[in-house]
Amino acid sequence: MTPVVPSGKAASMNPLKQSPALGGAMAFLGIERCLPLLHGSQGCTAFALVLMVRHFREAIPLQTTAMSELTTILGGAENLEAAIENILERAKPRLIGICSTALTETRGEDMAADLRGIRERHPDWRDALDIVFASTPDYGGSLEEGWGKAVAAVVEALVPEGSTSRTLRRVNLLAGSHLTPGDVEELADLIESLGLSATVLPDLSRSLDGHVPDGHVSTSLGGTPLNAIAGMGEAVMTLAIGEQMRAAADAVLRRTGVPYHVFDHVTGLAATDAFVAALIEAGGEPGPRLKRERSRLVDAILDGHFPYEGKRVCVAAEPDLLLATTDFIASMGATVQAAVSPVAEPALSRVRAPRVVVGDLDDLEQAAAGCDLLISNSHAREAAERLGVPLYRIGFPVFDRLGGPQRVSVGYRGTRRLIFDIANLFLEHAAEAHDGAQAAPSAVTEGELPHAQAQAG
Amino acid sequence: MSRRCKAASERLATPVIPVGAPGFAGSKNLGNKLAGHALLDHVIGTVEPTEMTPFDINMLGEYNVAGELWQVAPLFAKLGIRVLAPITGDARYHQVAGAHRARVNMVVCSQAMASLARAMQDRWDIPYFEGSFYGIGDTSSSLRTLARMLVERGADDGLIARTEALIESEEARAWATLAPYRARLEGKRVLLYTGGVKSWSVVAALQEMGMVVIGTSVRKSTAEDKQRIKNLMGDDAPMVDQIPAKQMYAMLARGDADILMSGGRTQFVALKTKTPWLDINQERHHGYAGYAGTIALIRQIDAELFNPIWAQVRTPAPWDCPRPDPLPQAAEGGARDSGRLRASE
Repeated sequence: MTPVVPSGKAASMNPLKQSPALGGAMAFLGIERCLPLLHGSQGCTAFALVLMVRHFREAIPLQTTAMSELTTILGGAENLEAAIENILERAKPRLIGICSTALTETRGEDMAADLRGIRERHPDWRDALDIVFASTPDYGGSLEEGWGKAVAAVVEALVPEGSTSRTLRRVNLLAGSHLTPGDVEELADLIESLGLSATVLPDLSRSLDGHVPDGHVSTSLGGTPLNAIAGMGEAVMTLAIGEQMRAAADAVLRRTGVPYHVFDHVTGLAATDAFVAALIEAGGEPGPRLKRERSRLVDAILDGHFPYEGKRVCVAAEPDLLLATTDFIASMGATVQAAVSPVAEPALSRVRAPRVVVGDLDDLEQAAAGCDLLISNSHAREAAERLGVPLYRIGFPVFDRLGGPQRVSVGYRGTRRLIFDIANLFLEHAAEAHDGAQAAPSAVTEGELPHAQAQAG
Repeated sequence: MSRRCKAASERLATPVIPVGAPGFAGSKNLGNKLAGHALLDHVIGTVEPTEMTPFDINMLGEYNVAGELWQVAPLFAKLGIRVLAPITGDARYHQVAGAHRARVNMVVCSQAMASLARAMQDRWDIPYFEGSFYGIGDTSSSLRTLARMLVERGADDGLIARTEALIESEEARAWATLAPYRARLEGKRVLLYTGGVKSWSVVAALQEMGMVVIGTSVRKSTAEDKQRIKNLMGDDAPMVDQIPAKQMYAMLARGDADILMSGGRTQFVALKTKTPWLDINQERHHGYAGYAGTIALIRQIDAELFNPIWAQVRTPAPWDCPRPDPLPQAAEGGARDSGRLRASE
C-alpha cells in the first residue's frame, strides 16, 4: 500500500486541480446532441470553457445559468428554467446535462425538486428533451470525479431498469476522462477487431476528435447516440476504464444486471492483456493482426527499455491518469521519484511510487530535484523549464502543443507509441546534457537499489 | 602520403599526421597499433612540456570511453599523480607531443598499445606496466603498481602510504555500496562476448560480485590475456572464440545465461530470446572504470537483470492462457475486479 499524504501547505501555489463541473461538462460533450449547462455564475463557466477550447482546439458548446448576486440570494430555479427554455429554443439539443457548481451547491439548491417542477410546467418537453443532473461542486473531487458522476447520472436517467435480452458479442465501454478521444477510438477499434461491438459512453472520439462538421452545430458535435445508451442493458459485459467509472458500471449492473470489469487503465502490455482477456471472456476472438501487434509491443519493450533504465520520473495527474502513467513508467524499469494527485482517492494506494502527495504542481516541482523527466499537463511547463528537464504532456489541459487529444497510449499499438515517445525524450535530453557536460563524472550515490520493490513483490 | 602530409602541415601550420591503416589489412587492433606508431614517429617527443613533475604518467590505450578517464582522474588528483598524456582519450595535441617526459607508462588496453609502450621504453627509458581499472581489485592493484614505479623513478616515497590510505578508504566505501548488490547478483550466470580485449579484467569485476562467467570470448585476446583468464577462472576457463548467431540464440533461448554482456551486434540476438543484455563495447553510454565505474557497472547489471520488463515480456499472451470460466450470471457477478492490475504486479 502506497501511503497517500497531504502536502500540508495552506495555499495552492500552482494548482493542478481541475473543477469537477468541467469534468462533468466534458463527459456530456461525448453524448450526441447534448448541451452541457453549468448551474452557477458566469465565471464558473468561462474558465472551463476557455481551457476546453484551447485544449481541443474546437468551439465548445457550454452554457451557463449566469447566477447573479440576486439569484444567488433568492434561489436559482427560475434562472435554471429560463436557461433551459433558451437553450432549447436556440440550440435544439436532445439532452441537457446540468452540472452544479460550488455556488449553487453551497447555497443548497434542491435541484431534484427544481427540475421536477420545471418538467411539470413543460409537459411538451417530455419526448423532445432529456435532462440529466450531476452534482459537481468544486470542493468535491476533481475533473475525474465530475466526469464519473456525470456518466453515472446519465446511466441512472437514460438506461431503463429491468433485464432485457442480451445481444451476443455486445459490450459496454465506459471510458474514463484519462482516455483521450484517440484512446477511446483505439479501444473501440480493438474491441471490434475481436469481432465484438461496443456501446462507448461517453464517446469523445465521435465529438471532440477534431474533425470538420458539414455546418455549424450548436450542440455536441457527435458522441454516443441516446438510443445506444438506452440499449446498454443488452450487453453481455461492461468494461469500465478507471475507478472514476465504477459508479456508472455499478449503476448499469443494478439497473440491468450486466456484469462489469473495472480496469485502472489499458496502457502497457499487462494492462492490455487483461483487457483482451476480458474481451475473450465476452466472446471475442483475437485475429492474426492483434497477435502481431502484441508481438510488436513486446519487441518495443525489449528495444525501448534501455533508455528508461535508471531514469527518475515525476508525475502529477488526476488519480486514474496518475495510476496509468506511473504503472507504465514503473513497468519500463524507470523509477517514479514523485507522484502528485490533486485529490485523495483510495485507488492511489496502488500507485507504484514511494508515496503519493495530494497537492499541486508546486509540490511536484519541490519533489522533482534531480529527476530526468516531468509528466503532467501544460501548466507544468514553467516548472520543467526551471528544473531543466523535459516535460511529457498528458491529461488536461494541453494547450501549448498540437494533437494532445489525438495522442494514443492505450492498447498494444498505443503503448508502443508511448514507449518510443518518452524514450526519445530521454535520448534527446541525454544528448543535450552530454554536449554541455564538462569533465565531471557523475556523482555516485550510495546504498539504494533500484527495483528492490519489484523483486520483493 | 608522408610527403603530402608534411607539405600540408607547413601550409596549414597545423600538424597533419599520416597513418597507414588500410581497411583490408588486419583488425581494429592493428589500426590502433599503426596509429600508435604514427604518434611515435610524428608526434611524441616533438614538444617539451613546460613543467615536469616526478608524478607524471601516461595512460596508453585509454580512450575515455563514456568518460572512463574522468572516472579515474579524481583518484589521480587525490594522490598528486598527473596524467601527462592520456593516449588518446580526451588528450590535447601538445600533451601527446610531450608524452616522452612521463616517468611511467600505464598500458590500459591490453594489446593494441603495448608496442608503443615498448618503443617508448627503448627510446626514452620509460618503464611501463599493463593494468586495468575494471573491478575493485584491479583498480587498487593498478594504483599500487603506479605508486611503486613512480617511487622507483624518484618520486617521494610518501606516495605509497598515500596510495594505501586512498585504496583503503575507497575500497571500504565501494564494498559497502556493493554489498546489497552482491547478495542479489551472486550466482547469476554471465556470457561475456567482447572482442576479447580486456575481458580478463571484466571477468575479475564480475567474480568480485560472485557472478559466474559461463563463457568469455577471446577472439582478439593475446596469449597473455588468455593466461590471465586462466589465472582467474582456472585451466578449464570457458573461453570461446566466435559464437555463430544461431548457436548463441539457442544458448540464450535455453537459458544458459542470465545476461549477455556484449557489443551492439549481438544485442538483438539476446533481446529476441528475452534475455537481459548489457552493452560492454566502446559505443556504450556508461563508464565502468575505477571504483565509481565498477559500482556503475554493477548497478547497470543489477538494473538490467531485475528490470520488471522481463517478467512482462515472458508472460504468455491472453489467447494462449486457459480460457476463463464462462460469464457469471448477474446475481453473482458484477463487482469482480479480475481485470484490475494490482500494484504488486
